[in-house]
Amino acid sequence: MRLESFLLMRHEILLTVALLIILIAELSTENKKKISNLSVILFLGVTVIGFLPVPEGLLFGEMYRTSHLIVLMKNILNIGTLILFFQSAEWIKQTEYKNKVSEFYMLILSTLIGMNFMISSGHFIMFYIGLELATIPIAALAAYDRLKNISAEAGIKLILSSALSTGIMLYGISMLYGTVGSLYFSDMAGANLNTPLQTLAFIFFFAGMGFKISLVPFHLWTADVYEGAPINVSSYLSVISKGAAVFTLTIILYTVFYSIMPMWKNLLYVVAILTMTVGNLFALRQQNLKRFLAFSSVAQAGFILLGIIDGSGLGMASVVYFVLIYIFTNLGAFGVVSAISVASGKEHIDDYNGLYKTNPKLSLLLMLALFSLAGIPPVAGFFGKFFLFTAAAHSGYFWLVFIAVINATISLYYYLLVVKAMFINKNENPIAYFKSAFTTKVGLLLCVFGIFAIGLLSPVYEFIRMFSNIL
Amino acid sequence: MLSQIPLSYFLIVSTLMFFIGVYGFLTRKNLITILMSVELILNSVNINFVAFNRYLYPEQLQGHFFALFVIAVAAAEAAVAIAIIISVYRKFMNIDVERVDTMKH
Repeated sequence: MRLESFLLMRHEILLTVALLIILIAELSTENKKKISNLSVILFLGVTVIGFLPVPEGLLFGEMYRTSHLIVLMKNILNIGTLILFFQSAEWIKQTEYKNKVSEFYMLILSTLIGMNFMISSGHFIMFYIGLELATIPIAALAAYDRLKNISAEAGIKLILSSALSTGIMLYGISMLYGTVGSLYFSDMAGANLNTPLQTLAFIFFFAGMGFKISLVPFHLWTADVYEGAPINVSSYLSVISKGAAVFTLTIILYTVFYSIMPMWKNLLYVVAILTMTVGNLFALRQQNLKRFLAFSSVAQAGFILLGIIDGSGLGMASVVYFVLIYIFTNLGAFGVVSAISVASGKEHIDDYNGLYKTNPKLSLLLMLALFSLAGIPPVAGFFGKFFLFTAAAHSGYFWLVFIAVINATISLYYYLLVVKAMFINKNENPIAYFKSAFTTKVGLLLCVFGIFAIGLLSPVYEFIRMFSNIL
Repeated sequence: MLSQIPLSYFLIVSTLMFFIGVYGFLTRKNLITILMSVELILNSVNINFVAFNRYLYPEQLQGHFFALFVIAVAAAEAAVAIAIIISVYRKFMNIDVERVDTMKH
């Protein structure tokens, strides 16, 4: 193996270097504000270098593999994390977090390394290490706010339920190993996984991934963790962590479990309907915005399954495209909620009554993001959902598309409830006017740009579609 | 010696351990005991991997290595979980799951 071949792992190596630099900076300076700025600038560099062209290939005897599509997925995750860093720069300066600024950045970067390895894995050991590296630090982040009871509660709920789901998934993988005799993805893809034991193993495996994406029978942790965790961590969980898990699940379903495609299509059919419906129905009755966004993200995960169920390059392209849009959209929504929470400490929907009078720009941005989540035409969310539905219809799942459209209509109702609160409801004591910090503005403006541009610029979809057939 | 014990015996033990772990996870009230149930599940996975490797595919070591990694990662997971349990104890003065229920529905 030559030295240049390590360049295939460029994303992971750069992230590790950035992580070490932040660690050294933490040891050598007392000024926490500098560390925050340094981390954002370093990560900006990592994101930009990630876009340079890279060859495809395999490393470590096929344990690590990379292709143009995988690099694209990693870049999408990088963009999302960069926006999140911009949005958190102001939040992290609050006094209660003053002494643990670098921990936030280091834990986020290490989960990102884990997600990159998870996406690139070609062997179940690599996949497992990546998954755990992406999960354990997030539990520490959920318990980041030591002054609040609910933060510790969120942390313990996240780590215990993730440990159980990983255990169930490993049990499935062990049965796959017993029947196939190898843990390499390529060997498993070559084997025929049709025996009942292998079906059971697949369902165990799917349960573990379903936990990460918060699909319906495994979604019970979502709302509690999102509510209890600091809001920027919830935002990371709902966007980047979920996006990475969706990418990985899609790749594994399309390669490792290719031989049992009819089986997992039936499974996804049921889970998609359950996830959309339950997510929507529970979102209807939420009053806390974080819980509201949690259930809305459960429902969005159900829509993503409509793309995965296609099982061809078209489905892959629609999933990647939707996650790209979802990152901008959901980060926009969470960004506004976070900015308001930092300025006023309010997170209730009723507190948002009359927000338009005092903070018109933030209200407009939140409205845009919610419209995009609901899928109203001029904004990007519509195009994302459109391609997902096209992919499902392409495989002939017309009833599923029909149910999804009904669910999209229901979701419009509760997204509009928030918009109504901001624009129509009267409030004698609305949230006072405040000026956001420069970094927050940059983070939010990037989201606005994404919400408009990605939907209207067709080259983005064409670009993703071009790579999607090669796995 | 080992050849006299059929593979199915190991699998029966590991299956029992797995389901005892799941049962314990769902019914126990103490956070530490819940963590122990998770360890039981992970150890049943290890037994599976090592037994499959030894009996069915002795020419390779993939199963053994997976078991090693599971042990290492489980240790990291337990460390973080116990740290969070300590912070739960400081906040709630209790590690009973029925008392740690600020958030519902």
